Amino acid sequence: MNSEYFKKGIKAGIPIALGYFAVSFTFGMMAVKGGMTLWQSVLISLTNLTSAGQFAGLDIILAGGTLWEMALTQLIINLRYMLMSLTISQKLDKKYAFFHRFFVAFGMTDEIFGVSAAASGKVSPFFHYGAMALAIPGWTLGTLVGAIAGTVLPNFIISALSVAIYGMFLAIIIPPAKKNRTLVWVIVLAIALSTAFKYIPGLNKVSSGFAIIIVTVLVAALAAWLRPIKEEEEAVE
Amino acid sequence: MNIYLYILVMAGVTYLIRMLPLALATKEIKSPFIKSFLYYVPYACLAAMTFPAILGSTQYLISAIVGFLVAVLVAYWEKSLVVVALCACAAVFVCEQIIGWVL
Repeated sequence: MNSEYFKKGIKAGIPIALGYFAVSFTFGMMAVKGGMTLWQSVLISLTNLTSAGQFAGLDIILAGGTLWEMALTQLIINLRYMLMSLTISQKLDKKYAFFHRFFVAFGMTDEIFGVSAAASGKVSPFFHYGAMALAIPGWTLGTLVGAIAGTVLPNFIISALSVAIYGMFLAIIIPPAKKNRTLVWVIVLAIALSTAFKYIPGLNKVSSGFAIIIVTVLVAALAAWLRPIKEEEEAVE
Repeated sequence: MNIYLYILVMAGVTYLIRMLPLALATKEIKSPFIKSFLYYVPYACLAAMTFPAILGSTQYLISAIVGFLVAVLVAYWEKSLVVVALCACAAVFVCEQIIGWVL
């Protein structure tokens, strides 16, 4: 059974690893250009497994910022993971031992959260491990190759690979929305608000990590208030 | 300052953010409001992360729009994650080749 879940996780990890490669390649290139060693840039990717946080962290290291600045920046940019981990905390199958939660936590990226949330019913930690088994090497090796190459990937490759993650996100949220009108409104409203945070003067001063939290909390709370789920809805989800 | 100290703080803070809710919220949440809230979180969050970020992810705005529309369509047909992701990649690739050829 565990190997079954692991295989499913690996399958879900394919588009994740593809998308990660393009982004982490750029990270590796930038880290080495900034003066980090090959090993240091790979170590950051292996231990952090996050994109926006790493790019911001790299800036702080290269600028010689304080450790407080580093901690606070990571907290703000990565706070969205708390919402994701809280969601998955309710979805993890209780029959698995507690210690699995510490490993699942390490791989709680936007993308692994996405595929896990999309899985029907309870989720096994082995599904997470399967996705991590591709995502972590994708992220780390991308950094290594980028650091060695020391140059950017050709634009057309970055373009094509970058949309992989977004395509995956859409594949997660659209099919359930066909059967549930509330989800259509949740998606449309979230898109409208995040677009507002990007383009409206004043609002666009909010960092993208924070904007995602604000939009998610507002929209999910509004939907929960107006359209609380029934027990059976939860079961089929 | 020692680079490894920076990396330790970075990785430590990021891991704690991810780990604390998983380690602390082990009991099933009973509140209907919170359950509903958590049910909607993935949809709101993934939608907010996808758009408008996807528009800036490619060389040209038009190829991003094409990739987005293709992904929406293929996702609507309920194809698997891999298929939707690859179709979006292929659409962007083809679109940018055409643009490069026209320009």
